[in-house]
Amino acid sequence: MNTLDFPFAGRTLTALPSGALWDRAAGWLCVSDLHLGKSDRVARRLGLMLPPYEVAETLDRLAADLAATDARTLICLGDSFDDLAAAEALDETDRLRLLGLQAGRRWIWIEGNHDPGPSGLSGEHRAELSVDGLTFRHIATPAAGPEVSGHYHPKHRVGPESRPAFLFDADRLILPAYGTYTGGLRATCAELSALFPGPSFAILTGPRPVLVPVTAGTARRQHPPRVRPLRRAG
Amino acid sequence: MSALPPRFADWFASKGWTIHPHQADMLARADAPSLMLIAPTGGGKTLAGFLPTLAELADGGHEGLHTLYVSPLKALAADIRRNLRTPVEEMGLPIRIEDRTGDTSAHAKRRQRADPPHILLTTPESLALLISYEDAPRMFAGLQRVIVDEIHALAESKRGDQLMLALSRLEALAPGLRRVGLSATVEDPAGLAAQLAKAPDPCEILYADPGPPPDISMLVTEERPPWAGGGAAYAIPAVLEEVKRHTTTLIFHNTRAQAEIFFHRLWLENEDALPIGIHHGSLSRVARDRVEAAMLAGELRAIVCTGTLDLGIDWGDVDLVIQIGAPKNVKKLVQRIGRANHRYNAPSKALIVPANRFEVIECVAALEAARAGELDGEPRGRGPQDVLCQHILIRACAGPFLADDLYAEVRTAGAYADLTRAEFDDCLAFVATGGYALRAYDRWQRLKQGPDGTWSLRDPRATTRIRMNLGTIIDYDNVDVRMRGSRQMLGEIEEGFAATLHPGETFLIGGQVVRYEGLKEMIVEVSRRADKEPRVATYGGTKFSTTTELQHRILALINSDDWSDLPEHVRDWLWLQQDRSQMPQADRILVESFPFEGRAHTCLHTFAGRNAQQTLGLLLTHRMEQAGLHPLGFVATDYATLIWGLDEVTDPAPLLSREDLTDGLETWLSGNAVMKRTFRNVGIIAGLIERNLPQLKKSGRQATFSSDILYDTLHKYDPDHLLLRITRDEALRGLVSFGRIEEMLGRTAGRVDHVRLEGPSPLAAPMLLERGRVPIEGAGRQRLMEVEADRLLRESGLGAL
Repeated sequence: MNTLDFPFAGRTLTALPSGALWDRAAGWLCVSDLHLGKSDRVARRLGLMLPPYEVAETLDRLAADLAATDARTLICLGDSFDDLAAAEALDETDRLRLLGLQAGRRWIWIEGNHDPGPSGLSGEHRAELSVDGLTFRHIATPAAGPEVSGHYHPKHRVGPESRPAFLFDADRLILPAYGTYTGGLRATCAELSALFPGPSFAILTGPRPVLVPVTAGTARRQHPPRVRPLRRAG
Repeated sequence: MSALPPRFADWFASKGWTIHPHQADMLARADAPSLMLIAPTGGGKTLAGFLPTLAELADGGHEGLHTLYVSPLKALAADIRRNLRTPVEEMGLPIRIEDRTGDTSAHAKRRQRADPPHILLTTPESLALLISYEDAPRMFAGLQRVIVDEIHALAESKRGDQLMLALSRLEALAPGLRRVGLSATVEDPAGLAAQLAKAPDPCEILYADPGPPPDISMLVTEERPPWAGGGAAYAIPAVLEEVKRHTTTLIFHNTRAQAEIFFHRLWLENEDALPIGIHHGSLSRVARDRVEAAMLAGELRAIVCTGTLDLGIDWGDVDLVIQIGAPKNVKKLVQRIGRANHRYNAPSKALIVPANRFEVIECVAALEAARAGELDGEPRGRGPQDVLCQHILIRACAGPFLADDLYAEVRTAGAYADLTRAEFDDCLAFVATGGYALRAYDRWQRLKQGPDGTWSLRDPRATTRIRMNLGTIIDYDNVDVRMRGSRQMLGEIEEGFAATLHPGETFLIGGQVVRYEGLKEMIVEVSRRADKEPRVATYGGTKFSTTTELQHRILALINSDDWSDLPEHVRDWLWLQQDRSQMPQADRILVESFPFEGRAHTCLHTFAGRNAQQTLGLLLTHRMEQAGLHPLGFVATDYATLIWGLDEVTDPAPLLSREDLTDGLETWLSGNAVMKRTFRNVGIIAGLIERNLPQLKKSGRQATFSSDILYDTLHKYDPDHLLLRITRDEALRGLVSFGRIEEMLGRTAGRVDHVRLEGPSPLAAPMLLERGRVPIEGAGRQRLMEVEADRLLRESGLGAL
């Protein structure tokens, strides 16, 4: 697996190709916005029947990341379920699969706007969590302090490719959405650039994570591409 | 009903007109259950279709809707309403005529459903919407006739399939309904008639006098056409001369981008400032209306246009049609030529302008075919199942139904006459439950079956969303373009193109060079400060491939011993090809290999059309990669594919074996962007993906689902799903065009001639100048992205991080 180490709040963190965040020294893995059961909720509310395989697909990737890192702790940063009814509607196979992944490790569900309150699944349920000098919560707050959050589903474009991306500056880190059927919000949109007033960086997910600066300044004007198209030198 | 009623005869006489023979025939055959009229443009076709209706309604005895008129264009419906008003008012007929399209107000639409006019003019999409209402049975109960105008244009796409399914529904609501189709000249009138009629009943076909043969020729210019490219800029002085010599000229282009470039260059050389306008589907409604109005008022000397002007709106005094670029399709050429001299019995005058040397050959072949009246076209194939899925949803919106009834009804549409029960059940299962193999939606189905066996919507509120997403026209993701500080829209460009623009860059739209300023609320804002060489916006939409029939004519022409119709420079070029290499033949594959600029080049002259040549390039480079020949890229035209790489192809025959190409297709196709694009369209039509949402958020997180992700997930977990099967069939016929490769393999039957040369052959050389080179990607994309990221890090001074 091609991973990318980067410094954040005095620690060395690792971005995985899938969009998971790994702290090798502390042994925790963090994922955000799994949105399990999205197809169920969409069918219930909109009558659209999307391929109902996103839980299987998301858990497949999570299982692979857990196996590769052998994480002692998993932190789910909120919006783990598309809503609480979707959590209840999880079918037996998926429920057992989840239990299997939980076995032998600490598992923390942080609540999100889609899944406020406990989902009825085993694991610790928290509004937020502080460990190793970092605060984990679903939605970034204006307050200072090293903070790891999700919620916005950031993505970023470099050249022709737009991919889900980690965004960070000196004391704020926002994770991309990990779930299969999740859209994205451009890193340079007003909401996200307001959270990163100074220089910030994006790490694009994909076969090999790629680090780029998010060009500030242009971000406040609303242009779709912040980055020039790829061009050969000369 | 046989003779012209006296009131009508008097009216004709008062105008000094005599009824055309085909108009009289239509009256005489007014009782036929289905009837098709084939008439050239300007033949009084529409009046011929309406005469029986007007005659039947003349006594004022009919209550409610009598005749439904369906046309492919909203503008055409409005145009016909104006044209019908004259005879109705002048004869004092008690007939109410209204149109109903996407532009009709909600109030008028509601009123039309409660109190329908005698004649309703509409489009296939508006009709689909009408039959989705619960009160459709009441509205259509007394319907007598349906007139489908420009049926040849509708029948080429899924809009036609949707319309015919709607007719099957109307037939159930108003048994004995008579169907009338009006068509331009087509290659297969019987096939078209079979789509119109209630299957399996026959359909009578009437032919109007085709009029005098058109006067068509190739534009001869001082300057020779270039070796490659599609702009035909070389011909601009000659085209301007022709415009001066005629009253009104239509200048047709095959693509919007080419029309934009040509228009821009035309104005750079238009020293006399002749009033010339531009018209294509990506310009704003306002811009198009302005050009149309100026055209009708006779204020324009020429219009640069694309296929949007193909259809029958009456443009008045057009006396010359110019086709820029090889027409690719003889039928389209003939239909376009019909736009000149919109008066019956006057010959149409047309000029074709080849864009490059090879197109000279294609133009000569197309002229031969047009003069011989030999038209071409791909057979339509079976009724597409994504359209059927949408029809099932439409039916469900109108109320509960029995599967048996709907199956019987659907099979009365010609294209669905051979639909099996299993296929129908598959579509119904998809609409009802999603049709997934491994996991069922048992609680939140879209349709549920009641104890009496009828199917209905689980949630009746779903009708709003379903109706908002009806139709089979899929637009690409376009964004509007607006002049900064003005509310006026200029037109639209593809979102993908907009994403590559940065402030200060300039591009062409509606013939003007504009400067990109920024994006505001999903609208591209531009200014007039144009100080740079403009880029050309890209537009979605397929490029037509040269048809099989035309390719055969081209091959016959270059292999004949009479080249007298070809200009001397082309004859010399072909002589040189014969001398240095050999002439491509219909029953053999010619492969030329030669070194050029340090790369090994291989050119396959297989004449299968652009899409198929492109697919061949993808499949062969994939095979070459496996064989360790290190291909670096390829380029395809309608006639050939040129591949370059590090190592020479020494034995091309095994690369071209049918088994290997088919295998390559299996593995390559599933991950290809062409498939994903096709899947998106299929998913939208079948109702899996919604384009329009009740409250569209202006910004924020995407409310829609990425069709690429849905495709990947489905492909991984449910590879035999209905939508994937539809997607595959469609891609093979459409963008992939594997059928054309099979046709080529069939006619050449393994006979491969490999000619090794020291440099490019005369026919291969222009390929080196072609645009649209496709690099072989592999890991290339990731590497390019990393290079760019490094550069950005260095530039930001943060590279040491």
